[in-house]
Amino acid sequence: MLTNLIVFILASIIGSEVISKVPQTLHTPLMSGSNAISGITIVGALVVAGMVGDPWAMYIGLAALIFATTNVVGGFLVTDRMLQMFKKKE
Amino acid sequence: MKTNIIDIAYLVSAIMFIYGLKRLQSPATARKGNQLAAMGMFVAVVATLFVQSILTIEVMIIGLVVGGGFGAFLAKRVEMTGMPELVAAFNGFGGIASALVAGAEIARFMAPNAADLMGGAFMGSIDAITISLSILIGTITFTGSFVAFGKLSGRISGNPVSFPGMRFFSILFVLGAIAGMVWMGMNSGDFAAADFVNEPIVQAALGIAIVGCVLGVLLVIPIGGADMPVVVALLNSYSGLAAAATGFVLDNTALIVSGALVGASGLILTNIMCEAMNRSLFNVLIGGFGGDSDTSGPAGAASAANLTVNSTTPDDVAILLSYASKVIFVPGYGMAVAQAQHAVRELADELGKKDVDVKFAVHPVAGRMPGHMNVLLAEANVSYDLLFEMDEINGEFDTTDVAVVIGANDVVNPAARHDKASPIYGMPILNVDHAATSIVLKRSMRPGYAGIDNELFYNSNNQMLFGDAKDSITNVLNEVKAL
Repeated sequence: MLTNLIVFILASIIGSEVISKVPQTLHTPLMSGSNAISGITIVGALVVAGMVGDPWAMYIGLAALIFATTNVVGGFLVTDRMLQMFKKKE
Repeated sequence: MKTNIIDIAYLVSAIMFIYGLKRLQSPATARKGNQLAAMGMFVAVVATLFVQSILTIEVMIIGLVVGGGFGAFLAKRVEMTGMPELVAAFNGFGGIASALVAGAEIARFMAPNAADLMGGAFMGSIDAITISLSILIGTITFTGSFVAFGKLSGRISGNPVSFPGMRFFSILFVLGAIAGMVWMGMNSGDFAAADFVNEPIVQAALGIAIVGCVLGVLLVIPIGGADMPVVVALLNSYSGLAAAATGFVLDNTALIVSGALVGASGLILTNIMCEAMNRSLFNVLIGGFGGDSDTSGPAGAASAANLTVNSTTPDDVAILLSYASKVIFVPGYGMAVAQAQHAVRELADELGKKDVDVKFAVHPVAGRMPGHMNVLLAEANVSYDLLFEMDEINGEFDTTDVAVVIGANDVVNPAARHDKASPIYGMPILNVDHAATSIVLKRSMRPGYAGIDNELFYNSNNQMLFGDAKDSITNVLNEVKAL
């Protein structure tokens, strides 16, 4: 538990440092991209859905997996679509 | 050994997330950064699939294919103007997924063979509390995001909605959530093969989920349309915190690290938005501030009777712009509503051909989400080095011949600088009034979301061009071409 807390705090600090330097122009892609990263719950969903034995755990896990995958795939794709448009012209 | 491999894989994906986000610091490297983060996610998923004992592979494939297909469909189909609501919807999906994973964790503890699955059927009180926290944050994010989605897409009124006793109601629900968490902590323990429905833990978890859903609605429904950038950023942060909480439940480092990154990102954006409006987060969340008033209404109903407004025509504007040496465009939510970004870009190109120095000034809270205007202008092919943040460009208005305000209002109201009685007093604004001439494109004289008159409109060197922003810009463009 304590280790988890340490990891959480350190990651928050790194996150703040990295993200506070993102320019205003990219705030929308930053939101959709980081939103896709929050779909990391997909890993948890896989662990739960992959467990054998309890059908309830599997059904709930499957629902979680579908939502999380939508979040991840959709989030990264739409961010890519947006970033593709940011071009510098001569 | 297996756990070592998976931990190393999670470390690698966390590093890829961090460097992916770091590359978002410049538009030139941003696309690579996003791809790097996506690769990081791929690594984490493959490692999980590879190392977990997978006996129900069909279930996983179903989940991945259905979810992936749906996500890809949404991402391909969305219009750039619909981006705020799409981000809100994805936020909601992330939130509900976290809550469901925590719920499934309870089911695993309660399974008849839990001792084999978990290495024991004992749920400690810390486990119970982290699970309840994960369910609570996840469900708040879920319903909150979908209310925001409804408001942003116009399916729900953008005006603040509240009812008598709402705050009392909210406090009651917060207390209920705390009680539920305590109840779960007290009822944790050994309960292998228990009766599922009558188990207090299950009842408490369902109760917390319902309370979370209601709280999510209560949190977002009183907030006006123009405060949405703050809400969307805040919900983004919640979806990260929900993932992190689930990471505590599963004792999973990948979830904790990524959740913390996203939580921090959302909070930073929330903070930037609040500062740009000179309001505290608390003040925004209490809500009741402004609605959609700027987006509709009859034209030309001046509210201050004894002040005069100069109205102008597209051909006058065209002449003014063509013979200017420096022009700054100030886009706002009105540009997004009118879908005028392509016409604006054409006009900027045309002026560029006439050797006019053209720039764009973007206020941090212009639009309905952070960076909203930038995405729309990028879609219309405006080069990103022409887009300037408020602090970069504010000094330049003094040497600007014409400032063109397209559907922005409160962010250019000089009252924010000197009128202590004004609700927007102290809010940093773009110094449009410092330009030699300012032109405001607007549908009518109706006030902006703050519900106050804009002093700028009554300045002697300001001219109003009434009408739909896209039509007005197109008319000006045609006149400029004809010159």
